[in-house]
Amino acid sequence: MSTVQDLGRPGLAHLAVPHAGALDRAAHVLANRLVGNPPHAATLETTIDGVALRFDSAVAIAVTGARARVLVNGEPRAWGLPVLLRPGDTVDVGPATRGVRSYLAVAGGFDVDPVLGSRSHDVLSGLGPPPLAAGTCLPVGEPQGAPAALDMAPYPAPAQVETLAVHPGPRADWLSDEGAALLFSQPYGVRPLSNRVGLRLEGRPLGRRTPGELPSEGLVWGSIQLLPDGQLVVLLADHPTTGGYPVVGVVDGSCAAACAQARPGTEIRLQPARSRPSPPDRWRA
Amino acid sequence: MSVRCLPAGPNALLVELEDQEAALALAAEIERHRTADWLGRVRDVVPGARTVLLDGIEDPAAVAAELTGWTVAPLPPAPAGEAVEIRCRYDGPDLETVAACWGVDPDQVPEVHTSLAHRVAFCGFVPGFAYISGLGARRAVPRLEVPRPSVDAGSVAVAGPYTGIYPRATPGGWRILGHTDAVLWDPERPRPALLAPGTPVRFTVA
Repeated sequence: MSTVQDLGRPGLAHLAVPHAGALDRAAHVLANRLVGNPPHAATLETTIDGVALRFDSAVAIAVTGARARVLVNGEPRAWGLPVLLRPGDTVDVGPATRGVRSYLAVAGGFDVDPVLGSRSHDVLSGLGPPPLAAGTCLPVGEPQGAPAALDMAPYPAPAQVETLAVHPGPRADWLSDEGAALLFSQPYGVRPLSNRVGLRLEGRPLGRRTPGELPSEGLVWGSIQLLPDGQLVVLLADHPTTGGYPVVGVVDGSCAAACAQARPGTEIRLQPARSRPSPPDRWRA
Repeated sequence: MSVRCLPAGPNALLVELEDQEAALALAAEIERHRTADWLGRVRDVVPGARTVLLDGIEDPAAVAAELTGWTVAPLPPAPAGEAVEIRCRYDGPDLETVAACWGVDPDQVPEVHTSLAHRVAFCGFVPGFAYISGLGARRAVPRLEVPRPSVDAGSVAVAGPYTGIYPRATPGGWRILGHTDAVLWDPERPRPALLAPGTPVRFTVA
């Protein structure tokens, strides 16, 4: 699945509109910077399978995020750097070899009509432009700046073991003592059902002190919900705005890339966030 | 009004209130203070069933300290002119079940439902879906054991103490009283949601 993403549509959660936006925000912003775009320009976010496009005009593109082969007219070109295209060139971003989501930016941004101020597709509510299908045509905006003149752009590769920093959640007291101890001590796998709504973890079930559900309450990005079966899900960009499962922890915003690129086979560990968390507002461009 | 401030990460605060009315009153009061220094540029004020979430704040601890000292009066009943009118054809498949719950005849359900004072408590589930309070504990209705795989857009339904109107066809476990032609959600409108938190609602028989 490939979708158009930008920085999302914040500020509408009270109307049950998910925030949406690029799941690996840093990769999206970097891709934009490489082609001279502002951070809010829309990119394409791929999911595991990559994407193939033909560009009708001469433009710069860049592919970041999950590592993938980049072919232009069948010839290998750079991943993670600006690539200059001629009119009619085809770009084939291959399947992710590490991680899940690659980001393809084009100079000028993908210029589809915004919905509620954003070009992001949200898989939970369906708002925004639909996922790409064969034959989909995407308009491209006017380039605002020049592509970066770089030989290489360092970017941390997804790891095999990702440790997520976790702040206390509003309902941490719903865990039993055993559950609370297990939360940070056990390794987790990643379930294939994971998507833009949430990263589903797999581990030994966590016991709870309090049975049942809560009356619906607001949710933030990174909320770790304790499901009835004792498993956990980390809520990501398309998360529902309210819910009744207890939130036992909140993942720090600095872990967004790790959450976006974790796939079945990645081992996840949770650890308490340091008392001084990293940059306060992850949504700052 | 007693508030309990709960942690929700480095940029948010979950404020728990005694009940739904207190949550709505607090949300309204916070909206009035949206530009205050102590609040900063809060990105989202999200009411829940008995909570208010503040998301996108620089200093949750400072906000918590400020809120703990507040006394907020319950919202007064809304002037009649402010209510959004929902014209409803009371022809739903669950009229008999709801009537039995309420201890009335099925043909009295419209009169009971339209006589209540309704107000949007919070939104959730899908864009534009409003949990409309008004039934109270007395007329709370249990959900279906097994949700229907598809409920028509415009269905007016009840569950627990709330009335809800499905903005589009989705699976649904609420008890359906009837249908409305009102458009609950249109992202192209200046106000995309017809029913936002705090909005008074008046149901009338179509």
